[in-house]
Amino acid sequence: MTQATLTPAPAPAPARPLARLRDPAWYQEYGVYAAVAVLLVFNALFTEHFMTADNLRTQLVQVAPIVIVALGMALVIGTEGIDLSVGSTMALAAALLPLYLGYGLVPGLVVALLAGAVVGAVNGTLVSLIGLQPIVATLALFVGGRGIALVMADGQLKQIINPDILALGTGSFLGVPLVVLIAGVLAVAVAFLVRRTTFGRQIVAVGGNRSAASLAGLPVTRVLMGVYILCGVLAALAGILATARLTASDPSSLGTLMELSAITAVVVGGTPLNGGSIRVLGTVAGALLMQLLRATLVKHDLPDSTAQIAQAAIIIAAVYVARERRSR
Amino acid sequence: MAPPEAAAQAPAESTPPAAGTVLEARAVSKRFPGVVALDNVSFSLRAGETHALVGENGAGKSTLIKVLTGVYRPDEGEVRMTGQQVRFARPFEAQQAGISTIYQEVNLVPLMSVARNIFLGREPKNRFGLIDFGRMHRETTELLDGFGVHVDPRRPLHTLGIGTQQMVALARAVSVNARVVVMDEPTSSLEPREVETLFRVIAGLRGQGIAVIYVSHRMDELYRICDRVTVLRDGRHIHTGDLAELNRMRLVSMMLGRDMAEVRRSGVTGFAAGGHDAERTPVLTASGLTRRHQLQDVSLSLYGGEVLGLGGLLGSGRSETAKALAGALSLDGGELTVGGRRLRRLTSAGAIRAGISLLPEDRKAEGIIPGLSVRENIVLAAMPRLSRAGVVSRRKQDRIVEVFMKRLRIKAAGPEQKVGELSGGNQQKVLLARWLCLEPKVLLLDEPTRGIDVGAKAEVQGLIDELAGEGLAVLLISSDIEELIEGADRIVVLRGGAVAGELSGDDVGESQLLEVLADHAPVPEGKAPAAQEDPR
Amino acid sequence: MNETTPAPVAAVPAPKKTPAPAGGGAPREEPAAETPLKQRLAELVQRQGVLAVLLAVILVASFVYPTFATLDNARGVTVQASFLAVVALGMTLVIITGGIDLSVGSVFALGGVLAAWASQWGFFTALLVPLVVCGAIGLLNGFLIARAGMAPFIVTLATLLAARGLLLALTDEGATTYLVPKDSVFAELGQGSVLGFGYPLLIALVLFGAGGVLLQRTSFGQSLFAVGGSSDAAGLMGLPVARTKILVYTLSGLLAGLAGALNAARLSSGVTIVGVGMELDAISAVVIGGTLLIGGAGSVSGTLWGVLLLAVIQNLINQIGSLNSSYQSVVSGGFLIVVVVAQRYLARSRRTT
Repeated sequence: MTQATLTPAPAPAPARPLARLRDPAWYQEYGVYAAVAVLLVFNALFTEHFMTADNLRTQLVQVAPIVIVALGMALVIGTEGIDLSVGSTMALAAALLPLYLGYGLVPGLVVALLAGAVVGAVNGTLVSLIGLQPIVATLALFVGGRGIALVMADGQLKQIINPDILALGTGSFLGVPLVVLIAGVLAVAVAFLVRRTTFGRQIVAVGGNRSAASLAGLPVTRVLMGVYILCGVLAALAGILATARLTASDPSSLGTLMELSAITAVVVGGTPLNGGSIRVLGTVAGALLMQLLRATLVKHDLPDSTAQIAQAAIIIAAVYVARERRSR
Repeated sequence: MAPPEAAAQAPAESTPPAAGTVLEARAVSKRFPGVVALDNVSFSLRAGETHALVGENGAGKSTLIKVLTGVYRPDEGEVRMTGQQVRFARPFEAQQAGISTIYQEVNLVPLMSVARNIFLGREPKNRFGLIDFGRMHRETTELLDGFGVHVDPRRPLHTLGIGTQQMVALARAVSVNARVVVMDEPTSSLEPREVETLFRVIAGLRGQGIAVIYVSHRMDELYRICDRVTVLRDGRHIHTGDLAELNRMRLVSMMLGRDMAEVRRSGVTGFAAGGHDAERTPVLTASGLTRRHQLQDVSLSLYGGEVLGLGGLLGSGRSETAKALAGALSLDGGELTVGGRRLRRLTSAGAIRAGISLLPEDRKAEGIIPGLSVRENIVLAAMPRLSRAGVVSRRKQDRIVEVFMKRLRIKAAGPEQKVGELSGGNQQKVLLARWLCLEPKVLLLDEPTRGIDVGAKAEVQGLIDELAGEGLAVLLISSDIEELIEGADRIVVLRGGAVAGELSGDDVGESQLLEVLADHAPVPEGKAPAAQEDPR
Repeated sequence: MNETTPAPVAAVPAPKKTPAPAGGGAPREEPAAETPLKQRLAELVQRQGVLAVLLAVILVASFVYPTFATLDNARGVTVQASFLAVVALGMTLVIITGGIDLSVGSVFALGGVLAAWASQWGFFTALLVPLVVCGAIGLLNGFLIARAGMAPFIVTLATLLAARGLLLALTDEGATTYLVPKDSVFAELGQGSVLGFGYPLLIALVLFGAGGVLLQRTSFGQSLFAVGGSSDAAGLMGLPVARTKILVYTLSGLLAGLAGALNAARLSSGVTIVGVGMELDAISAVVIGGTLLIGGAGSVSGTLWGVLLLAVIQNLINQIGSLNSSYQSVVSGGFLIVVVVAQRYLARSRRTT
């Protein structure tokens, strides 16, 4: 150990073009983009009506809520945490939205987003102040959050008739659906947050070594709180958008298993679960990859069962590649 | 098992029992990418002897131990036990062959009870094949009594002190019929009285014909308990012989690879001779720092332009004092004044704002963020200052990073290399840079040169000198007595969490320091340290 | 003290220390009498706190709702709970090793479908097929975690998807439901009873008994604690860390499959939509039962009480009638927070002693 650290790691050998394909680090870095590209090329060649504007738009609209949730999840995972409550948060936002839409669009949106912030604040408090493990801390609201949503909505599906909200779900700007546009803007914003802001770098530092960050005077508690609140707000936003697209508030099923999809997107995108690094673009690509994979299989008349098994295989492969990298 | 005490009185003769070699490494080499960790090293251990293994960091001690205990397999050469060549695939195989290792951090399971730890994997069973806890607890008590340790075998291990945990580890090792016990810096976190118990137990092992490989940096310990010594340097075997025939200076010079005359002339550290000119008014004054079980009414002042050494044995409260000064330890009482202003709430961030910086003792756990680049590690604490409206400025960062990488001679592929890939010494310099770029008034250095190679050590020491010369107030904690004495202008000595004395001016010397330590070191049994010192 | 070497330097100041009398004065730990008591109390609260809460809830409910404390109701509650209990038993063992198994919900559903499908060939195939397949999934989990060194959370997340996919493939994407032949021995296993208490409950109790002995009184049980407490130390002490992990995940898969099979026998069919989110219920029950999620400490009895507590809460909310059934998850979530926060503070107070 001491010996091994004495000399800096030897510089990588001059790369021959094919040599790096054998380097696991390359896969962790670019594997997810390559996989997305391969899928697109495959579909362009072998799938009819895949590379059409209509189909691509559908795929993007479907993946948008997952991307939004996964962005928040990536931040949380960057602090060596996890947030299981995102699906319940979506349901909570969906349940609250119709209750306050009567007061107008803005109050409805604000209350729904606020609910996400509150969920995040509770999670953040449990994790940062009480010091619970993130899995347990967020498990509580995973279990209870949807219950609260159902209690508030009286367990019922509510039709949404507010035209502004509906426009949010179906409208488009310059041919790009608003939902996709929002997800895209958020992805850029989160990428900027992570790379260029003090807060973003502090997130990564806290995830990389919490006690060192604390001794360096970083506001660890505030950073953790902020991250969980952001994740909650993003999940709530995803809930609002999904509700708008459904034209109905359905707290009993909206966002079920969303935590798993989001975690999958983050992990497949190359963000390690043990914190200290956040790959925003990778996360977006991870969500896209899973979406395209499913769509491809469906278009080729392969059943859902195959899609799930294929997803499982991709997750395993992604983590396996990450593991290679870490053990070096 | 015979109680070790009985045997402890017996072998006071200078030569160990003339017995055969139990464990031997012949011409062993071990290479890692870019490093030759062991180069044709031979080592032999006689039954019943206590054999010191010494060398600077990176000398190859831990690699040799890992080869002997089955963690690594040698690239060349062979390991022999009582004349037979052995090839251990795993540490456990070495253990079964009779080689047990007591690690620096006790390698037991903290949440499990003492008895379960001792019998893990070989629990006594009743006739139904189920674990017989009655017998297990009984045998544990007997075994530990033999070591002079009296604890409830049902207690979870983590509720015991480190020293007792180590005794439990030792008890486990001996009870699995160890013929060789390897101890890697066993006393580094022990209290003096625990050290005494350990030495008594080691003497007991010798009586049973068990050989001990003892790795330590503490000269006085080596000379007290070891029969022979093997010196390694840069992966090569330098010397093996009776410790009694080797004086301390010569041993040090062999470890360092320096000419004896030079060692005598310039000392073993990179500090320049001569002191600094301290200012008249203190930059930092701490009074009455108190924390239950750790600090008792510690008061001290730090002046700009001086290096204040904080002396004391491990566990004397040195690191705790430094952490308290840096706001990283919650206190039960005491106050801190910096530049004439009293600090209200003590937090790390508050202390940093007031101009206090702490280089923590544990570089890996509390210092570096291994996955981040050299640049980001350096600017970590200064980030808010290098940002506008929460957005970081790369230009400002790059400027600062360039300055400090140059000034501290940080050897890295570039500012974007990950800190985790650097050597210990360069990691330490990165951490120093992190604090220096805050332009602190007070720099608290907790073991700044531990675990870094000789060259980097001298550089860091030189830097400390330079910084104090520039008017910074430096607090230096070091287990290395030479470093403390040659580096510090004044030394405050702690013991049992309280200030035991202060050396200044011409009194700063090894004998004086030892005197303060020796006068106070043994803690009378059953008396709280504070009782005689400060009855308040 | 004995100077063992006549080294000149070492002869320097012989510390004026009284050599401790043999056996007497050595590092006696801090006041030996008082701490352990406090400690044991904290441990007792941690271990048996759920039981106390459970009993209190039952006591209060019995007074308030006359329909609660009836034998019929007790039978209903316990049979309902027994499937989750069996799954949670496996989860307890996994969590004690510091791992987690998210795949159990899917494996539970898969086990049910396999059992219903295989029940056409008789009792033994109906049990054997789900056990073999689910055990194999557990083995795969264990292998990927222990040998390939991948994170349990992610590996079992993947097998959660894979098991669900396998289930869908078996049932024509959920379109086919296999039925258990009426009046078969296998159906009897799910529906029959002794003294009105269904076989599933009895099986669950037997399994918990066996699990308790396994955990507390066998070397394997000790190695689970050791692996969870410190996997490095366990390895250095020669415990087969990888094998222990593989075994424990296999056990978890087996138990989830068995629970699924029993559930299918009880429902007379392999319902495909069961078990969604069951892994998190199981984790909740385990954590409420006082097992530390970081591993190294826990008990199967606590898990049993945790499962029962969740079941009683659900039952009470049904009893109250006027309450929306969604309150159940609100209350469960609330309990979870209270328990883990309390655990946290107990652990903290223990550490500082």
